[in-house]
Amino acid sequence: MSGFRIEQPGLLCTLQDQGRFGQSRLGLTTAGPADGHAFRWANALLGNAPGSCALEITLGGLQLSAEQDSVIAVCGAAVPLCINGKPKALWQGHAVRAGDRIELGMATSGVRAYLAVAGGFSVPQQFGSSATVLREGIGGLDGGKLQAGQLLPLTKPAAKAMTSQPLFALPERFWPDYQIPLTLRLIEGYQCEDFSVAERQRFYQQQYRISPKSDRMGCRLQGPPLHCQRSRMLSEGICYGAVQVPPDGQPIVLLSDRQTLGGYPKLGSVLSLDCWQLAQRPAGFELQFAAISIELAHNALHLQEQRFWQQHSQLEVL
Amino acid sequence: MLNYSIQIAGENSLILYPPQQMSAEVNQWVLAACQQIEQALADVLLDVTPSYASILVSYNPLQTDHFSVKTRLKKALAEQNTEHQQIGKLVELPVYYSEESGPDLARLAKLHQLSIEQVIALHQAPLYRVYAIGFAPGFAYMGEVDERLATPRLDSPRAKVPKGAVAIADRQTAVYPAESPGGWNLLGLCPLQFFDPAKTPSMPVAVGDQVRFTAIDKAEFLRLGGVV
Repeated sequence: MSGFRIEQPGLLCTLQDQGRFGQSRLGLTTAGPADGHAFRWANALLGNAPGSCALEITLGGLQLSAEQDSVIAVCGAAVPLCINGKPKALWQGHAVRAGDRIELGMATSGVRAYLAVAGGFSVPQQFGSSATVLREGIGGLDGGKLQAGQLLPLTKPAAKAMTSQPLFALPERFWPDYQIPLTLRLIEGYQCEDFSVAERQRFYQQQYRISPKSDRMGCRLQGPPLHCQRSRMLSEGICYGAVQVPPDGQPIVLLSDRQTLGGYPKLGSVLSLDCWQLAQRPAGFELQFAAISIELAHNALHLQEQRFWQQHSQLEVL
Repeated sequence: MLNYSIQIAGENSLILYPPQQMSAEVNQWVLAACQQIEQALADVLLDVTPSYASILVSYNPLQTDHFSVKTRLKKALAEQNTEHQQIGKLVELPVYYSEESGPDLARLAKLHQLSIEQVIALHQAPLYRVYAIGFAPGFAYMGEVDERLATPRLDSPRAKVPKGAVAIADRQTAVYPAESPGGWNLLGLCPLQFFDPAKTPSMPVAVGDQVRFTAIDKAEFLRLGGVV
């Protein structure tokens, strides 16, 4: 067996694929990439099937040595990428040879980078997915964060075939900017009506600050406390992006590793496209919310899909 | 047929609400409705999450929209066969109740003006129903706990609740499937493995099952693989 050896895992590095669906009945969360946009491009640049297993690197600091020829692409947070000490661009494919050293520095913008490999990493699935959930001890190589010395196996035939293929780059004008102001578009729902009109108005006017206690489970926000008229409810299913308000009044945007059921009132859910942007903002960043209809939300998703394929048609051949 | 409403949860999810109560009747409806939904909407579903008195239905929003899903949900539920009554299995769960294994036993006894023995007896008396599984893998919400034992969650959750901890919160009871933070009141320890990803099924209970807790002594607890 050969693949990529982890020399340094950095702060937090996990294997993620599209996520684990249809298992919420066992209490298993979906997981998957915190930033679905950068993850999608990392795979797309290599011609991988969407949702192929890739590395999610939080803040950077990863070092790998290739024990096999392949092609890689790194997308997302601006982490300095070097192959054998030579700086390389993000958002494009790079051929690597057995013996090459791949190094990622610390992010200068954004929080999470994705390193995809031609054909995807070959990791056995648990409950239909290889996505890692540290809290559950499920997915990845052993349910935990990646450690120095571990070998990431490649899907061999695919990796080999790719080395003779052309390489692609996403033009820089299409790279996302993780420092622009962020307004989270919220689809109102769930217990929204249990927050008074005045309280909801305040919610949309306030600035919220990202708490350092945020993680893949949820982004905790700090701001003036919100009050809900409802104090007791039965636990119910939580969808991606749901904004729950615990008794302390500080909203939490629930993300990829969210708990499947919860009993705190929720205002609705943030559009996935904005959750991905949120996952690229550091603690201390200030943001606000704006309400959109479910129709506008669906519209935004379809437009984004169209934009993705438009950009895909303008990839540069290297 | 129960009355229910459908509300928006998010860009790819609708949530169905039958009457908001912890009752076997409502929970049974939830289970039957889930089956119906999974069959009728299989082509667009991402996940279906049942709970006490709700069903979260998540779909692929690039394949369909909430109008269409809503219409199909209503149609599927109108055709629901209400005759169909699933009977869950009966599962017995051994518990080592003691002050050593249940650090909140003494506090609960004092709070409810009962003896520790009475608390233990009251917790074992009912045949509980598994209403929902979630929060964490294998965490089964069971009810209803005797009114005389109903106790709110701790003001400040413990950083570490041991694996196998048998706990109550309000009128619900559960077994912690793994060591985790938690705010429920701890009465004892169950030596059984509650979630094992390598096993099929990975859990000893499913929603709709009936559960009885049975007291065991420390020797039996250790023999069954328990760790204090």
